[in-house]
Parts: sequence; C-alpha cells; structure tokens
Amino acid sequence: MAQNAAELTPLDYTRYDFKDPESYKVRTHRGISEEIVRQISALKHEPDWMLDYRLRAYRHFLDRPMPDWGPDLSEIDFDAYTYYANPLAEGDTKKRWEDLPSDIRNTFERLGIPKAEREYFAGVGAQYDSGTVYHKIRDDLAKKGVIFTDTDTAVREHPEILRKYFGKIVPYNDNKFSALNSAVWSGGSFVYVPPGVDAGIPLQAYFRINANAVGQFERTLIIADKGAKVHYIEGCTAPVYSENSLHAAVVEVVAEPSAKVRYTTVQNWSKNVYNLVTKRAVAYEDALVEWVDGNMGSRVTMKYPSVYLKGRGARADILSVAFASEGQVIDSGAKAVHSAPDTSSKIISKSIAIRGGRTSYRGLLHVAKGATGVKAAVRCDALLPDAISRSDTYPYNEIHEEDATITHEAVVGKIGEEQIFYLMSRGLKESDAIHLILMGFLAEFAKELPVDYALELNRLIQMEMTGAVG
Amino acid sequence: MSEEHTLVVKGLHASVAGKEILKGVTLTLRSGELVAMMGPNGSGKSTLAYALAGHPKYTITAGEALLDGKNLLAMTPDQRARAGLFLGFQYPVEVSGVSLSKFLWTAYSQMHPPDEADSDRFGADLTKHLGYLGLDNSFLKRPLNEGFSGGEKKRTEVLQMATLSPRFAILDEPDSGLDIDAIRSVGETVAKLHNPGMGTMVITHYQRILKFIRPDRVHVMVDGVIALSGGRELAEELEQKGYDWVKVGLAASQASAP
Repeated sequence: MAQNAAELTPLDYTRYDFKDPESYKVRTHRGISEEIVRQISALKHEPDWMLDYRLRAYRHFLDRPMPDWGPDLSEIDFDAYTYYANPLAEGDTKKRWEDLPSDIRNTFERLGIPKAEREYFAGVGAQYDSGTVYHKIRDDLAKKGVIFTDTDTAVREHPEILRKYFGKIVPYNDNKFSALNSAVWSGGSFVYVPPGVDAGIPLQAYFRINANAVGQFERTLIIADKGAKVHYIEGCTAPVYSENSLHAAVVEVVAEPSAKVRYTTVQNWSKNVYNLVTKRAVAYEDALVEWVDGNMGSRVTMKYPSVYLKGRGARADILSVAFASEGQVIDSGAKAVHSAPDTSSKIISKSIAIRGGRTSYRGLLHVAKGATGVKAAVRCDALLPDAISRSDTYPYNEIHEEDATITHEAVVGKIGEEQIFYLMSRGLKESDAIHLILMGFLAEFAKELPVDYALELNRLIQMEMTGAVG
Repeated sequence: MSEEHTLVVKGLHASVAGKEILKGVTLTLRSGELVAMMGPNGSGKSTLAYALAGHPKYTITAGEALLDGKNLLAMTPDQRARAGLFLGFQYPVEVSGVSLSKFLWTAYSQMHPPDEADSDRFGADLTKHLGYLGLDNSFLKRPLNEGFSGGEKKRTEVLQMATLSPRFAILDEPDSGLDIDAIRSVGETVAKLHNPGMGTMVITHYQRILKFIRPDRVHVMVDGVIALSGGRELAEELEQKGYDWVKVGLAASQASAP
C-alpha cells in the first residue's frame, strides 16, 4: 500500500473540458500591438481618457521586463494570443439566460451557474472570453442603490464613481501583467455598495475561457462605501488545449471606513492556462477586507492578494489555498501593508503539492514607520503527500515599528503511513483515506465557501484520488 | 440466532524490519467468545494485532489467518475491515479537520451497502454508545483524535468499534494510560458491546480491566508464541506470580520437547 499520491491517476478535468465552436462576433487578430489596443478601445466606444490610459499602459508593458523572481514564464509568447474575442457584439450583455446563443447558454448551464444564481446569489455576471454575456442583479439590491455590472458598462454609466478609483489601487505600472491588463482589459465586475448598505447575499461572477490561445483580461473594481458590506465570489474554468492561454486580471477593492468586503475566488483553470493576476485592496479606518483565495487549476499561477491598511483599526484576513498536481506551479501568497496604527492582519496559507506539483508561499508583511500597535500573524501549512512534489516558503518582513506584534509559523507535513493505515483499518480504501486527510487539511478553507463551491472542492480532490492503487 | 463466525490463526510468523517477532501463533476465536491476550512487553501481542489488520510494516513469513475461511493475509487493510475485522489502536492517530462524526459516518457507510446504510439508526446507535462511554454529543464535532486526552482516545476507539459492529474486534491495550474510572468505563462498555455475533480479543498487561470485561479465556503470549491458555483465573494467577513464572514454564516445556 501507500504507493501514494505519486501514482494516482491524473486529474479528471472532463467536467470542465468541453468547448463550444469558436464562433465570435468580434475577434482581433492574434498578437498585440498599439493597433490592437486602439481597436479594443474603439469597439467599446470609450472616452479618450480610457484610450490614453490603455496606451500608456501598453507602452509600459513593452518596456517592462518579465518578472524573473518566480515561476518560469519563458513559454509565454505574447504574439500567440488573441486579446479580444467576443461571441456577442461588444456591449450586448444579456439580462436573461434564454437570450444567449444556445451553445453559450448550455455552457453555463453545464457549469451550474443559472441554478446557483437561483439558489444562492443576489446577482450574477458571466464572462465568456472577452465578452460579458450575462449580468443581472436582484431588484431589491438595485433599489438599495447597489451597483453590480460589468466594468465596460460602468465606464459608460458610472464614470464619476469609476474614475475616482480605477487604476488607483493597482496602477498600470505595478507589474508587467497589470500593465498588459490595463492596455487590453475587457469585462470584469464593477460593484458599488452605498454607505451603510449590507448587500447580504453574495454576488457571483463566473469567468470562462472558451477559445484556444485566447487571453482573458477582466478588470474588477469593488467599492464598499462607509459602513457597507459585500461578499463577492468568482469561479473560473476553461477547456483543455495543447496551446497555452493567458489569464491576467486586475482586481481593485476599496473598503471605505467601517466597510466590510469579502472576496472569494475558486480558480480551477485547465492546466494550460497561465494565471497571472494582481489583486489588491485598500482598507480605511476600521474596515475589514477578507480574501479567500483558492487556486486549484492553471499551469502557472502567480497571485498574491494584498491589503493596504490605510486607516486606524483596519483589518485584513487572507486565506490562500493552493493545490498543485502534475505539471502545475502555484506561486501564491499574500501581502499586508500596515501604514496606519492599530491595524491588524492575519494570513493563512494552506497548500498541497502532489504528483510532482509545486507550490510556493510568497508573502510580504510591511509595517510602516508611524504604524504603531500593529498585530500581524502569518501561518503557512504545506502538505506533501509524496516525495516528488515541492513546497517553498518565501516570507518577507519589513517592520519599521518596534512595538509590532508579529507571529510567523510554517509547517510542512506529510501524509503518514500510520494515518493511512488507521483510516484503512476502518474500511476506507486507500484513495478515500488520502482524500479524507486532504479534505481535513483544507477544512478551514472549505467551511468558508458557499456550499456548491465546497462540494466542487470535494469533487476536485476526489477526482485526483480516483484510481488509486489498492 | 446470530451467525457463527471464526477467526483462525495457524502457525503465524511475522517480522518487522527483518526481526522475527511472531514465531508460530495458533489460535481460534469464535463468535460469542471474549478472550484476553496477556503477556510481557515485547512478547508480540501488538504485533499479532497489527499483522492481522495488515499494517504494511509487518511481513508475514509463514502461517495463515482465515476469517470465515477467507484468507485475510491476501487482503488490503480496508478489505480486512470490510470482512469484519476491527483493530482498536493502542495509539490512535490524529486526523485534523475531519470531525469525529464525519469520520464515523464515512467509515459506517463504507461498511454497509448504500441501501443498508441507515442514517437514522446510525444516529440513534451513536447517541446510545456515547452514553455508554460517558461522552457528550459535542464530542462528535471535534477533529478525530486531535487534542484528545488519552482517555478520550481510548473511548473513541471503542466508539468506533461500536459503530462498525465488527465480527471480530482486537483491542490493543484499551486500558493503557487510563485512570481507574476510565478503565471501568471502557471495560464495562466493551463487555456491554460484546455479543453472541462477535468475537472479542482484548490485549492487556494487567488484570484490572479484565474485572470489568470478564473474559471467557486468557492466552499468555511469550516470545512470539502462545505459551499458556486458561480460564479467567489465569489472569489473577499472573497478577500474583508475574510473567517470569510463565517464561520458566515455557523454557521447561521447550526443553522437554522431543
């Protein structure tokens, strides 16, 4: 027994691995150029300021070298991707699923999105490659003044709010991929919750890549005004292709004083997707930002959800989970930047690397001069069920106030033969025993997920375990 | 009338890391029998238990073990469990994030075909068994064995046995590390759960738990073989005379063997 996770069969991704014929109303030529950037902006009939922003970002993208401090990105060929592909006319977002072309509607039905919308969510957005094909918010929330729309629509309909924040939390020149996103972005969610309003039931966005070698560059901006509360959830999948795809999103979150924002991601991209995402939040006085970030899919993920704690008493809670199997590198982590006094942050990272997969935790803890009374706790738990996988931890601490209370724990565990034997002696097959141990390890994360996503996580890990020897 | 089952061990030899521990164990356990396996440290009592349950560290070098005529030794540990064998661990293993109730239900439903796994009966039995063991319902929410006291761990092993209702249960030192009250609670529960459809073997060093369990027979293992078998009074005799008395007897009988 205990041939171990190394010999388990590869992940069965068939549930997500289906594709529609590539029938796009609008599609740019492969590759990127200033012309393409202008074309995307023109398609969207954007105001000049946005075109200027895109062009500045594009120039920065050209100048900026590839990041060389993390996973190998040498197989990314920017000329090989299609940067804009929309199955509908630009801006033709539907408010009823039945108005969508049948294959696209079937895709989202298969992914369970309309059903989940009926059962759990107060609003749903669905993006298909570059196009936001569906977007809807429940009337009662809309009446309270909650805005939940795609970001393109927000540029047209809510410029006064959008311009105040767009690109202010994640500037285009933050990194090469934020620059790329800022140049070619399309879709993404725009959420605004007015002062004192509790959006209550979560809002969900689902991002689906369908075409081969396409890039998806959604742009998400979430603003919780003073004392407002919102929970936003996103899921992501794609069919399997031999050529790689690129997902480079930018997510900006603003929690005004006493606001509370929770942002949950369950990312399950196919293993040919490079997932290079910049996610950052600003939390003002007494605000709370929670990132719950699960990374199960993709070929390479680089993602470090951040919170800039800019008001006294602001709090950050980051739970980052990585599950890397054969051929996958998940380089994730978190950043907490304390620039105000009495701010606190808690970072928990849980990772599992099996069958040769690789996970890394990369974290930054920064306490600025003048930010006194800071409390910060970081815990990294890694589980390595076999001998051929790898997990690394790269914590960076920059502490400029002496009274900060900082704790850091890192534990790498194995699944012991004794644990497996114990569970098998109760009648569990070896694969079920390992599955139970892995689910136990991730329980802290699973309990934070809506029930459908928790079941999905369970199913995902179950799939990874099926076909075990014994 | 309950079915009659047999667990037959014949001439079992087993080694760990190349060192032979079991040197020809032969015994039969039948439904309805409650036996104690005693013996000094290192005599092979636990090895017998783990070898029968299929622990990968133990290599069987000779002999047989048959549960109702089926070759246990050819089965994986989970198959042995599903065939009706239960091992109560001396050192139960912790599994974080898995609640005791989830674990018990997972194990219970593995043991029963889907149409027989009855969640209502499972729940009712569980409540009853928790009562036997003096455990509160809230105990079920805790992660399996994590942070449990020694006594809670041993009780949980008995609770698992009760949930799985095996044909044969081998309990490896269910009394070690327990105070007198806990020994009584565990011992009485084991006796209560024992039934005509089940064979039970309790491994112990001490006679104390046997007062509550009241075994039908007592085996004494010394140096990898069963050196002596007898009735319940044998346990008391051992308590007074110590294991050296058996060792001397064993040496004498070996010396006189042809």
